[in-house]
Amino acid sequence: MNTPLVSLVEAGKTYGQLDVLNAMTMSLNEGEVLGLFGHNGAGKTTMMKLILGVISPSRGTVEVMGMAPDSKAAWYSRSKVGYLPENVSFYEQLTGLEVLTYFIKLKGFANKVGKKHAIDLLEQVGITHAMNRQVKTYSKGMRQRLGLAQAFIGEPKLLLLDEPTVGLDPIATRDFYKTVDQLKSNGSSVILCSHVLPGVEQHIDRAMILSTGQLLATGTLTELRQQAALPVVIKPFSFKAEKLHDVIAKNDKLSRFLKSVCENTLIVPEQEKLTVLKQLLSLDVLDDIHVESANLEQVYQHFLEKNDVKIQKNTPVGKCE
Amino acid sequence: MNQILTVANKEFHDGLRNRWLLSITLIFALLSVGLTYFGAAASGAVGVTSLSTTVASLASLAVFLIPLIALLLSYDSFVGEQESGTLLLLLTYPISKSQLLLGKFIGQGGIISLATLLGFGASAVLLYVQSGDTDIFSAFGLFISSAILLGLSFIAISYLISLSVSEKSKAAGFALIIWFLFALAFDLALLALLVGVEDGVTQQGLTQLMMLNPADIFRLVNLSGLDSSDVNGALSVAINANLSQTQLVTALVGWVVLPLALAILIFKKKTL
Repeated sequence: MNTPLVSLVEAGKTYGQLDVLNAMTMSLNEGEVLGLFGHNGAGKTTMMKLILGVISPSRGTVEVMGMAPDSKAAWYSRSKVGYLPENVSFYEQLTGLEVLTYFIKLKGFANKVGKKHAIDLLEQVGITHAMNRQVKTYSKGMRQRLGLAQAFIGEPKLLLLDEPTVGLDPIATRDFYKTVDQLKSNGSSVILCSHVLPGVEQHIDRAMILSTGQLLATGTLTELRQQAALPVVIKPFSFKAEKLHDVIAKNDKLSRFLKSVCENTLIVPEQEKLTVLKQLLSLDVLDDIHVESANLEQVYQHFLEKNDVKIQKNTPVGKCE
Repeated sequence: MNQILTVANKEFHDGLRNRWLLSITLIFALLSVGLTYFGAAASGAVGVTSLSTTVASLASLAVFLIPLIALLLSYDSFVGEQESGTLLLLLTYPISKSQLLLGKFIGQGGIISLATLLGFGASAVLLYVQSGDTDIFSAFGLFISSAILLGLSFIAISYLISLSVSEKSKAAGFALIIWFLFALAFDLALLALLVGVEDGVTQQGLTQLMMLNPADIFRLVNLSGLDSSDVNGALSVAINANLSQTQLVTALVGWVVLPLALAILIFKKKTL
């Protein structure tokens, strides 16, 4: 645990004149799940490629399991790394089983062990029924599952997943996160890149938000929420909505948090949450109450908007519904 | 070594699955059997023609076909995998770029070698059954091995194309241009040089120029031992220059090794 599995120190990548990644410093410990967020071209894929050793950093250092991933010395550790690229279409004319067996062999498994491992993995991602069919007959979701099975080969110590849930139905997505949790409890580290923000939150330990090669924010979700200082949305409910509205409007401590556009919705800063809640609970007319902290999506938007002032605030934090 | 064999095995099976092996073998077998039997039809006779005529006709056809087939077989080897994203994925595996390239070369080279051996070997066997002449095997042995080298050379050349471009369609275009240059244009240019420019090149110079084209080396290997009546064009001049078969075959091997080494170099420098 003392040495991080992955560490980047001031690592940057330049293609010609273009800085795609700027002085990135981060570390990932064993058994940690890191979420990597950012719009297209933010440098997520470049960062993954640096960690994978497919490209070499233009500046700074990258270390994976104590070695530079693009060096010869890191050769052996490559079989301990799983990767799911963002856009991959496997050999169409091969069957799912053949594709997976090929990749398993390349990871250094012997023939017999490999075949069994392939079937186990296909079962894990739930496409055993189609394993003897050519990949060209697969749906998008099935291809994605095949890609995941490929990334899970050999119980990797480090998993890098670029948009893993694209094309997966809700049940497959749930199964996928279950596998991630399981790998995590076995001590594997995962770096997860995603656009689909809802659902990711409870599975990641830390998040990094990137934009145009810059690190905007990093930390646990709680830390990010504090940094963003986003308000809490409190929605008191009563069967007598009119009356509730009147009571709140008359109460000085509550009325200042009322938002004009949304009826009976209070936008409260995190530190005043409890005071406001106590006030509300003392009201007789109250029948129910709904408290909503800022979610990952709002935190993400907050940091992006802070970074780019030109972006119009078209989706203000703390919506009515 | 294991990694190379794994890739080679996959590529070879791809060749079987796509019916490449079958169709190339059939094309070669039909051509060679046809030429063996009906090669003399032009002179009014049907039946097995002389050995030197047969090899000469086969060589003149193979020199167009083999490069084309090799280029078609391999032009998308890398650019195709790059487009589908599997190349990037493979590079994160414990396999080096040279292992991947050599594996592909062995697999696809195996397809073209086997097809050449089976296809042309068929007519050698046929000729032997007809005449019982054991000279057939030495003549066809040289022809088939040089044809295999020619095929391997063009596979290596198509890797150069496949690694240098970023789109499959571009690779196809370049492959066609390369084929046209080596199989057709080069010879025409040589002929123009010979005829058009008086004392432009010496016989020695011409032969040296021909070393710049693997297809011409292949022609020289196969035609230099034959009666000059079966040979025409720029070749007949070059043939009289004395280059030993060993030198010619070495030059052809060079045309396999050099493009292959260059391809590895390009692959190593390539960023994805």
